[in-house]
Amino acid sequence: MQAKGGIMAGLYKEEHHIFRESFRRFVDREVVPHIDSWEEKGIVSRVAWRAMGEAGFLCPWLPEEYGGSGADFLYSVIIAEELAKAGAVSLMAPLHSDIVAPYLAALGTEEQKRRWLPGAARGEIILAVAMTEPNTGSDLAAIRTRAEKDGDFWVINGQKTFISNGILADLVIVACRTGSPDSGAKGISLICVERGAPGFHRGRNLKKMGLHAQDTAELIFDECRVPAENLLGQLNRGFYHMMDHLQQERLMACIMAQAMAEAMLAMTIGYARGRTAFGQPIASFQHNAFKIVDMATEVTLGRTFLDRLVADHMAGKDIVTEVSMGKAWIAEMANRVAYQCVQLHGGYGYMEEYPISRFYRDVRPIPIFAGTTEIMKLIVAKRLQLI
Amino acid sequence: MNFDLPEELKILKEEAYKFAVREFTPVSKECDREEKYPRKVWKKACEYGFIGAWIPEEYGGPGAGFLGNTIITEQFSRIDMGIGLITAAGFGSENIYLYGSEEQKKTYLPKIVNGEIIFAGAYTEPNAGTDVAGIRTRAVRDGDHYILNGQKMFITNGTICDYFCVLCITNPDAPRHKRFSLLIVDATSPGITRNKIHGKMGIRASDTAEISFEDVKVPAENLVGQEGNGFYQLMDFFNTTRAMVAGQGVGLAQGALDKAAQYVQERTAFGQPLANFQGVQFQLAEMATRIELARQLTYKAAWLADQGRIDPKLSAMAKLYAGETAVWVADKALQLHGGYGYIDEYDVQRYYRDAKILEIYEGTKEAEKLTIAKIVLKEHTKG
Repeated sequence: MQAKGGIMAGLYKEEHHIFRESFRRFVDREVVPHIDSWEEKGIVSRVAWRAMGEAGFLCPWLPEEYGGSGADFLYSVIIAEELAKAGAVSLMAPLHSDIVAPYLAALGTEEQKRRWLPGAARGEIILAVAMTEPNTGSDLAAIRTRAEKDGDFWVINGQKTFISNGILADLVIVACRTGSPDSGAKGISLICVERGAPGFHRGRNLKKMGLHAQDTAELIFDECRVPAENLLGQLNRGFYHMMDHLQQERLMACIMAQAMAEAMLAMTIGYARGRTAFGQPIASFQHNAFKIVDMATEVTLGRTFLDRLVADHMAGKDIVTEVSMGKAWIAEMANRVAYQCVQLHGGYGYMEEYPISRFYRDVRPIPIFAGTTEIMKLIVAKRLQLI
Repeated sequence: MNFDLPEELKILKEEAYKFAVREFTPVSKECDREEKYPRKVWKKACEYGFIGAWIPEEYGGPGAGFLGNTIITEQFSRIDMGIGLITAAGFGSENIYLYGSEEQKKTYLPKIVNGEIIFAGAYTEPNAGTDVAGIRTRAVRDGDHYILNGQKMFITNGTICDYFCVLCITNPDAPRHKRFSLLIVDATSPGITRNKIHGKMGIRASDTAEISFEDVKVPAENLVGQEGNGFYQLMDFFNTTRAMVAGQGVGLAQGALDKAAQYVQERTAFGQPLANFQGVQFQLAEMATRIELARQLTYKAAWLADQGRIDPKLSAMAKLYAGETAVWVADKALQLHGGYGYIDEYDVQRYYRDAKILEIYEGTKEAEKLTIAKIVLKEHTKG
C-alpha cells in the first residue's frame, strides 16, 4: 500500500508529489542510516535536526519573515508521513513543527516570534511542550506545577514527565498553575522556559518500551526564574489555548499512525509473497490472504477518513469530534495491523532484525499519547451529549 | 467431577509463586535489558524441585506431572515469563520420556532434575517453522553413527544447552511424513556452531540461538524412538508441551491483571481512583473472565496428559486461547497504566513484549488452528 494520499481527488497537487519525492530522498540519505545508532543512544542527533532545518523541512508553513516558506499544511503532512514510514518516528519533527511552533505563532507577541521562530525553523531551537505531570495525564485541568509572579520574573516550581524532546529541547512551553490551587481549568498559564534558565533541570531520559531513539524526559522546576515577558498568550487562559491546539496535535497523531499502518502493511505483503510454507507463498493461503485483505480494507478506510480530516482541518472547520474519533480509531487500527503483521512474519517478526518488530513497539504509544483512546471517547461522548 | 487441585499441587502453586517473587524480582530488569540467562536462579529452582517437575520419580523427578509442571510455569510467568523459561531447561527431553529407550531415560532425565544438564529441542529451521515437514537437516547413517548436517533457527536454550534433541531427515526417499527422526546430540560435539540471537522483542532472559551442524558424528544409539517416525513423535511432543506453554500464557495474563488491578486503585483522575470508572471496571472483568477460561482449558489439557489421555485438540485450544489471552490482557493492562505503562520502570511493558511470542513459538497459533480444524472436520466426517 503506497500512501500517495489524495484518495480524495484534488487534495494533493503535483508540487506535493514532487516535494514528497524529494523529502523521501532526504530521509533515505540523512535519516535512515542513523536510526540504529540513535536507537542505541536513546536520542536523535542534533545534526539531523540542523539538516532538517537547513533543507527547509522544519516549520515549512511559517511565513518567510519567520524563517519558513509559507507552505500549506499538506507539506507538514507529507513530512510526518514519510518519517513514520521510514521508521523514524523518533525524530519528532512533527511535534516541533506542527504542534509546538503553532503555539508560538498563534499566541506569541511580535518580539517572541522574532526571538524563537527563525531558530526553530533552522533546527537550532528545538521545541517541546510540557503538560503532563506525574499525577496528571489525561486530567489536564488538575496540573499542579506552580508559577508565581516575583517582580519582573515568573518563579516556577513543580515537575513534568513524559515530555517528548525533553532532553533536546531548547525551549519548552510549560503549562503552569497561576491561579489559586483549586482554580481548575481557569487558573493555568503557558510560560516559555529556555535552556539554561536558572532552576530548570532535566530529569531522566526515560527508558521506554519503544521509540528508543526519542528522548522522553522528566523536567524539574526548582525556583526556576524566567522573565515576565515569557508568558505566552493570556494569563490564566492557558487551558483554553491548549484546547485550541489539540485539534492539530491529534491530527498529527492520526497521520503518524496511518502512515505506520501503511508501511507495515506494505512490508508484510512483500514478506508474505516471498516466504513459502507447505510449498507455496504464505500470502496465497486463503486465511492469510483474507487477513491481509481485512488489513488493506481497514488501512484504506483510515486513509480516506484521514484525508477528509486533513481537508476539513485546512478549511478551518471544527473537527474536534471527528479528529477524536480518528485518533482513537486509527491509532488502534494501526496496532491491530502491527499485531497481524508480526504474526504473518512468524518467528522473524519477533526479531529486531526485521523492521516490523520495531514498528510493533513504536506504534503502541499512539493510543496513549496526545490524549488516550479513553479520553478521545470521553470527548466524543460529551459532544454527543451522552455524559 | 472435581475441580479442586489436590493438596500437594495447591502447596506447589503457592511455593512456586513465592519462589518467583523472591528470586526473579531482583534480577528481572537486568536479565531483560542485558539478555542474560539467569543461571543462578535456574540452579536454585533445581534445588527446590521446580525443574523437570513432570519427570516421574523412577527417573529421579518429583513426579508432579504435566499439570504440576504447568502450574509451576504459570506461577513463574506471573512474575517474569522470560526468567520463568528456566522451567524449559528440559525442553526437548520430553521426547525421550515419550519415546526414548529405558536407558536413555535413565541417562538424561535425572540430570535435568538435578541441574546437571540443560536440553534444547532443535526443530525449526530458517525456512521451515510451522511447516515442520519442510525441514532439511539431514542425518546419514554411517556404520554405528549418523553424520548430521543442517541449520536450525530460533532454538531455545541454544547456546547454553548440553544436549539437543534434533529433528532431521533420515529416510529421504520415504513418503513426506515418514522421512524424519529425532536424535540426541551432545552439544559439545565437533562441527556444531552456535550463535546467540540478540535483539528479541521479549523473553530476553531466555536464550535463543541459531545452530549449524557440519558433519557432526552422532552415535546411532542416540536415536529417539523409531527411525522414520520422528514427525509423528514430534507431534505427540507438541501435544504434550503445549499445555505447559499455555500455562505461560495464563500466568503472564494473571500477572498483568494483578498489576493493572493494583494500579487502577492507586491512580486517580478527575478526582477519583481509576477503579471507580465503569469503563475501567468492565475491562478488568473481561480480563479476569478470559484468564479463568484459559486456565480451565490449560489445566484440563495438562491433567489429561497426566492421565495418559493426551487430547491434541484440547492442547492446541489451550495454547491458542491462552496465548491470545496473554497478548490481549497485557495490552489492556498496559493501556490502564497510561503513559507509565510505556516506560520500562513499570513491568507491564515487559509483559506486553513477552506475551507476543506465545502466539508464535511451540507452533504458531495458526498451526494450532490447523490441528484443531483437522480434528473437528474428522469428528464430523459423513458416514
